[in-house]
Amino acid sequence: MSTASTTTPLPRLSHTGGVTQLRVFRSEWTKLRSVRSTRWSLVAAVGFTIGIAALACAVVSHHWPHMSAQDRADFHPLDPNLAGVQLAQLALGVLGVLVITAEYSTGMIRASMTAVPHRLPVLWGKAVVYGIVTLALMVPSVLIAFVVGESIFSGRHINVAFTDPGVARAVIGAALYLTVIGLFGLGLGAIVRNTAGALGVKASALRNTAGGIALFSGLMFVLPPLMNVLPTSWNNAASPYLPLSAGQAIMSTTSGNHLSPWVGFGLLCAYAAAALAIASVLLVRRDT
Amino acid sequence: MVRDGGYGEGVLIEARNLTKDYGDKRAVDDLTFTVQPGVVTGFLGPNGSGKSTTIRLILGLDRASGGDVTVNGKHYRDHPAPLHEVGALLEARSVHSGRSAANHLLALAQTHGIPRRRVDELIDFVGLHDVARKRVGQFSLGMGQRLGIASALLGDPATLILDEPVNGLDPEGIHWIRNLLKSLAAEGRTVFVSSHLMSEMALTAEQIIVIGRGRLITDISVAEFVRQASGKVVHVRSPRAAELRAVLDAPGVTVREADDRGLLEVTGLSASEIGDAAIEQGIAIHELTPQQASLEEAFMTLTREEVEYKPLAHAAEKDEVAA
Repeated sequence: MSTASTTTPLPRLSHTGGVTQLRVFRSEWTKLRSVRSTRWSLVAAVGFTIGIAALACAVVSHHWPHMSAQDRADFHPLDPNLAGVQLAQLALGVLGVLVITAEYSTGMIRASMTAVPHRLPVLWGKAVVYGIVTLALMVPSVLIAFVVGESIFSGRHINVAFTDPGVARAVIGAALYLTVIGLFGLGLGAIVRNTAGALGVKASALRNTAGGIALFSGLMFVLPPLMNVLPTSWNNAASPYLPLSAGQAIMSTTSGNHLSPWVGFGLLCAYAAAALAIASVLLVRRDT
Repeated sequence: MVRDGGYGEGVLIEARNLTKDYGDKRAVDDLTFTVQPGVVTGFLGPNGSGKSTTIRLILGLDRASGGDVTVNGKHYRDHPAPLHEVGALLEARSVHSGRSAANHLLALAQTHGIPRRRVDELIDFVGLHDVARKRVGQFSLGMGQRLGIASALLGDPATLILDEPVNGLDPEGIHWIRNLLKSLAAEGRTVFVSSHLMSEMALTAEQIIVIGRGRLITDISVAEFVRQASGKVVHVRSPRAAELRAVLDAPGVTVREADDRGLLEVTGLSASEIGDAAIEQGIAIHELTPQQASLEEAFMTLTREEVEYKPLAHAAEKDEVAA
């Protein structure tokens, strides 16, 4: 650390611009790319999407000669192809939670809210930047996974073409699904932090983040099996409307006990939008 | 030196009946004060007296339960370019520990479209050049404080609000801060600095606002504060000390032998009253000196009543210091 001269006056700044949403987008992009958790989570999401697809397709391809006629009839080549999405959504959802809760746990939120006292541009900035980054990475990832998977299947002549009915929708839909899951995590993270604040809980840094992740994983992975406790008719009636299963309808290759692809995906979008809307109200109201 | 229009006109902080409750605890209680541009204003109070809360209210981080506070005539959040208006250093750390100092400043600068070269300029200015690319989590307290000051100065603001800026700085850093604050004020900026140390403020501030338990105790110039605090004790030396002591003795006056060579410490009489009394009696005086009370003592006298409501442990500590 060098010595700052005691007589140097503060250099003047001729620029005098104000806060705009576009500028906050740039700021949020800098924030997102300059922490390690972003890199690791995104690398994990891409790796899961492509790696698990390749692995699952290779396994199925290997077993294909030994599979029963019934199994072969039930099989759709896209199912193993999209298997990686199940893990990628965890990485992206957790990163979505971290994007906002890490600001609270480190105190960065105070600097952010002092620079942008209207606050909401920061939340929208995070949502848009994170959404674009996720989509920009996941569209190529699912396409690569598709090409890799189907080239493995082509040896068995069980591959599908991108132009076959529903295939493009399911493949691109996987990327859309993952993006919205990330935004859902962001919304939940923002709410949980604010809930802790509202209760006057002096949450530790770890609990801040853990709370958001717990809520996210709870909704994603704990709630669906819990539904099994309900009478079967209730379970069948309610389960398709849970965020996870509703959203995954966009990747479905069969018609079954779920919503139609776009209705289901629309419902997931509504969940994410509701989480962000609640977060925005809390963000403006609460003390930081 | 000064941007168009300067800083002099109306750039000030105004709090009117400012009040903040956290649950049933009142942190700031009906606080009214004005911070003027062009001088360093100290914001003093014992720990927990509501200084940091007041600063959070000024910055709109917390919402006031009552009253109002404006910077340059507007609520902080209504300024379209707040970083150009107000630079703030908060007491609590406000940096993501996983980000580098350069990226932290860049992210803040970008919200206002401030160019990247300003970030480099500020990093050099606060002396963080060698560690600018390191993660902030590895910074010492002093380096973190310098980064906080760089964030505050980023927008070349007309007003600076610094919460305990010397915390964690080494003596050289403290010296640097004192001079920086003075030069910023001399440029016509409004400089508002909190501290729990009167001695620190006496070196930098011209005006002080003292609070205790969230309430305003006094809003006074440092010169006036020093004047009020001084002259209460007078040292007088005489070869006939015992006689002089008898002459001065009266209700409300205490005389104490300060050494065995005729030095008396007199409280309750001014130097001129002592001199007049001595000459009337024909007693020679070899020294007559009004004593400067320590500022810290005067500050504690001022805040004593506010502190006395505190738990016994604090009261005991206070007596210890006073004694």
